[in-house]
Amino acid sequence: MYKRVVITGTGIIGPVGKTADESWKNALSGVSGIRRMSLIDPEQFTSQIAGEVREFDPLDYFDRKLEKRIDRYAQFAMIAAREAYEGSEIEGRVQPERLGVIIGSGIGGIATLENEHKVAMERGVGRINPFFCPMMISNIAAGRVGIDLNAKGLNFATVTACATSGHAIAVALDMIRLGRADAILAGGSEAPITLTGVGGFCQLKALSTRNDDPETASRPFDIGRDGFVISEGGAVLLMEELEHARSRGADIIAEIVGAGMTCDAYHITAPAEGGEGSARAMVLAIEDAGIKPADVDYINAHGTSTQLNDINETEAIKSALGLEKAMSTPVSSTKSVTGHMLGAAGAVEAIFTAFSLREGILPPTATLVEPDEGCDLDYVPGRARKADITYALSNSLGFGGHNVTITLKKYSG
Amino acid sequence: MSLESRVTEIIIDKLGVKPEQVTMEAQFDTDLGADSIDQYELIMGFEDAFGLRIDEDEAAKLTTVGKVVEYLREQDVDQ
Repeated sequence: MYKRVVITGTGIIGPVGKTADESWKNALSGVSGIRRMSLIDPEQFTSQIAGEVREFDPLDYFDRKLEKRIDRYAQFAMIAAREAYEGSEIEGRVQPERLGVIIGSGIGGIATLENEHKVAMERGVGRINPFFCPMMISNIAAGRVGIDLNAKGLNFATVTACATSGHAIAVALDMIRLGRADAILAGGSEAPITLTGVGGFCQLKALSTRNDDPETASRPFDIGRDGFVISEGGAVLLMEELEHARSRGADIIAEIVGAGMTCDAYHITAPAEGGEGSARAMVLAIEDAGIKPADVDYINAHGTSTQLNDINETEAIKSALGLEKAMSTPVSSTKSVTGHMLGAAGAVEAIFTAFSLREGILPPTATLVEPDEGCDLDYVPGRARKADITYALSNSLGFGGHNVTITLKKYSG
Repeated sequence: MSLESRVTEIIIDKLGVKPEQVTMEAQFDTDLGADSIDQYELIMGFEDAFGLRIDEDEAAKLTTVGKVVEYLREQDVDQ
């Protein structure tokens, strides 16, 4: 019998809040974090809107020396990890050697890469900042969190684009189940709002160009959707072995009871026909939890607001749950207000799902007005809804055909 | 601004230390907490600020604030 795994801490810094609670309140109220881009000059891009962490001063969190040596993406991971760690009150109640970190990033320190490439081109490679490599690499967030919180157990990053932190949670689940750690800080972070970050996604025609109406630009499942909105931030869960959490009297937010991971093996960016790979991930996550499709009460969708994702994810849900069950199961996408935080998205949404289970309320697909043809599920449009739920799924899909689904359960002892 | 003040300013900026820590006798590693990468970044900072190149053998000898000031003075850098 596997060990059971619960969530005892959460941290989010992103477009709709600088803490998990603030982000959750805004997600429930449908308050959008999308605005015209301010980190870079938006003029030259087809998509000029983004979900930025606004009024962010790194010196509120780091001293000056440290601040200059940590890329924005890793700063977000550290801030979210600190919030999860402090909120869990686990400090001094876990052996450092038994506290792990699995925090990834879809891209890593792309701003650092751009800056130093410019230096190299203009002034020669001999002027590259000696901190360049350890600032840029996409595992350094995990390493930095280890140093920051004295977490000496297993420590690494997952890298699967927009499924990154979904995988971090799925792998952390198995690590704790197998007894390889008592607790793990799991999640992801991203800071992609740079010249090549935004420019690259624009060239893929993946981003919304609804520049005149940023707050409704991310509209998952809506007939008017025209791409995702790029966002930044970090999100981390403190996942803990149940008996470890119980013995120290921890406040348990929700239980993580399963995960499913698959690959489309089909196309680098487009989902497989009918969301075949995503459907299999959901089925595996349901089986791993030891439940049936009929037990699923809610799904927090990947729901990116792209043409292909939303229609295929809808198909995938029908195929995984069966048509009748799918039609009666609420599904929502909080990307409607957060935009797409890429490597941080899966952890943000797993946290929101955990809060849904604890509080008995579903966050809405806030911007959905008119569902597209073929997008015919109950997407909880417009307003949050009370619902006493026991089991929920959280989906994350990434370029490369990576699919991961997490099964969460209301904690009831 | 004196050479000493300019050097001190660069050290404070790169290492995030307090002004009173930056005495002429202060050792970069033990007194100012600079590891080898910090020290290399610092050397690059001096190079940029004073428009010169310091070779590795020379840089290895610059272990205190005073030694840096002395070295820069010998190089007759533009003050």
